[in-house]
Amino acid sequence: MPNHHTSGAPYRSAALVKKTYDDFRKQERKFKLRVSATQLFILIAFIIGWELGGRLKWIDPLLFSYPSKVGYQIWKDMMDGSLWPHLGMTVGETIVGFMLGTILGTLLAIIIWWSRFLAKVLDPYMVVFNSMPKVALGPLFIVGFGPGFTAIVVTTLSITVMITTLVVYNAFREVDPNYVKVVQVFGGRRGVIFKKVILPSSYPAIISTLKVNVGLSWVGVIVGEFLVSKVGLGYLIIYGFQVFNFTLVLASLVLIAIVATFMYVVVEHLERRWLRK
Amino acid sequence: MLPTVELRNVTHVYVNEREAKLAIEQLSISIAPGEFVSLVGPSGCGKTTLLSIIAGLVEPTEGDVFINGDRIKGTTQYIGYMLQQDYLFPWRTIMDNACIGLELTKQLNEVTKERVLNLLDGMGLGGTEKLYPHQLSGGMRQRVALVRTLATEPELLLLDEPFSALDYQTKLQLEDLIVETLKAREKTAVLVTHDLSEAIAVSDRVVVLNRDPGSVRRSFQVPEPIRSAQPFYAREQHGFNDMFHEVWKELEASDRKVRGRNNA
Repeated sequence: MPNHHTSGAPYRSAALVKKTYDDFRKQERKFKLRVSATQLFILIAFIIGWELGGRLKWIDPLLFSYPSKVGYQIWKDMMDGSLWPHLGMTVGETIVGFMLGTILGTLLAIIIWWSRFLAKVLDPYMVVFNSMPKVALGPLFIVGFGPGFTAIVVTTLSITVMITTLVVYNAFREVDPNYVKVVQVFGGRRGVIFKKVILPSSYPAIISTLKVNVGLSWVGVIVGEFLVSKVGLGYLIIYGFQVFNFTLVLASLVLIAIVATFMYVVVEHLERRWLRK
Repeated sequence: MLPTVELRNVTHVYVNEREAKLAIEQLSISIAPGEFVSLVGPSGCGKTTLLSIIAGLVEPTEGDVFINGDRIKGTTQYIGYMLQQDYLFPWRTIMDNACIGLELTKQLNEVTKERVLNLLDGMGLGGTEKLYPHQLSGGMRQRVALVRTLATEPELLLLDEPFSALDYQTKLQLEDLIVETLKAREKTAVLVTHDLSEAIAVSDRVVVLNRDPGSVRRSFQVPEPIRSAQPFYAREQHGFNDMFHEVWKELEASDRKVRGRNNA
């Protein structure tokens, strides 16, 4: 059987390839499991530590409360229905502020990309406005738009629009001019260049401003609610602070963390769908 | 017969905020239909500017450009342009990339799509239509760029160092492919390159440019046996080395002229 060796060799290497791959997969799975387990452990340890710390008075329970109390507060407010208007209002304001901020910011970026003249003219104003603490304009918005939804959305926009414009406009400008040349050679004018090159190659930048804007919108909305509102999680925080019910403050924070995380996950999902990779 | 490209006394001044610089001065050149001309010269001789002027992307400060006897204004469909790198759009599939010229010139239909598929097939890219550029090797991507350029059936191809970003083996293969394709379709071509041996191997005529400002220094007709051989074999033809040295000397001299002037 002179062929025994040569016919056996490729089979053996195929087995080796498969084994190497399987081992690699197994190790990766183990690693992921270890990461998840550790994450879970930290969370549980934090909650238990907080609970014990509060109950055994290692930390001031008036100020820091503890998880079972916070959980009960949320549960109770959910059951008697007093939570929903607050939660609904805040989430609504945040989503509207977030979407409008991104859309308006991107539109503004498109306009100044289109006109070099406008870009130059507006440049110093945008820089000044962007470096200002915009929440300081809050009182103005409240008087201007009346205390409520609109004023809070506008406060949010004052925080998100300018930074979106600056980031997206920069992404537009950083597109490799050779990509533009490809389209120009085929006779593409400014509108075509924008649609076929500038916009698609800036998708990643636009997505990453979305992620930043999730956080900024929450800042805008909560600050807006601090200043003015009668409903919303920001109002609950201020109210809890005034009546010294810090369990209510922490309960609101926990809810904000949950909804904000959820929004972030949605944006990330959008990112994967949009960039298809 | 009308020349495909004719530049008459073209002068171009580059301006930015800091300075105005004379890039090309009184440059005249005429390229016959079906001719393959290489432009070689030291960096700063305005080679890429020259291509942009022929393509209609840049309007020369002075002088006239004629394509098939017509003075050009802006880009025309007679002209295809290949860049140093493929510049395929990463967000488009290979097929969509290859079709972009047709799409922009509003010629995209079943017939032209079929043509693009045939072109892809002919370049050994069959089956890659639905892939994305990052899934292909550098040589394959540059071939897709060639298909993109040929899809709109331009008469004149402007090649701006299309081989310079490739490894040596791929470069030689692609040279053969491009020259074969262009000869078979009787296209006119202008190639800009740093690589002297490439210039001699692929073209009918090699034009040496002066730098600072760019102008024509000397034109070399490539002798018949080298011209008709495939680029890969052209390098082995009798007379290739002699020509290489002659052109090399001219290039050196054009470089030295400027340095001498600057030192004085």
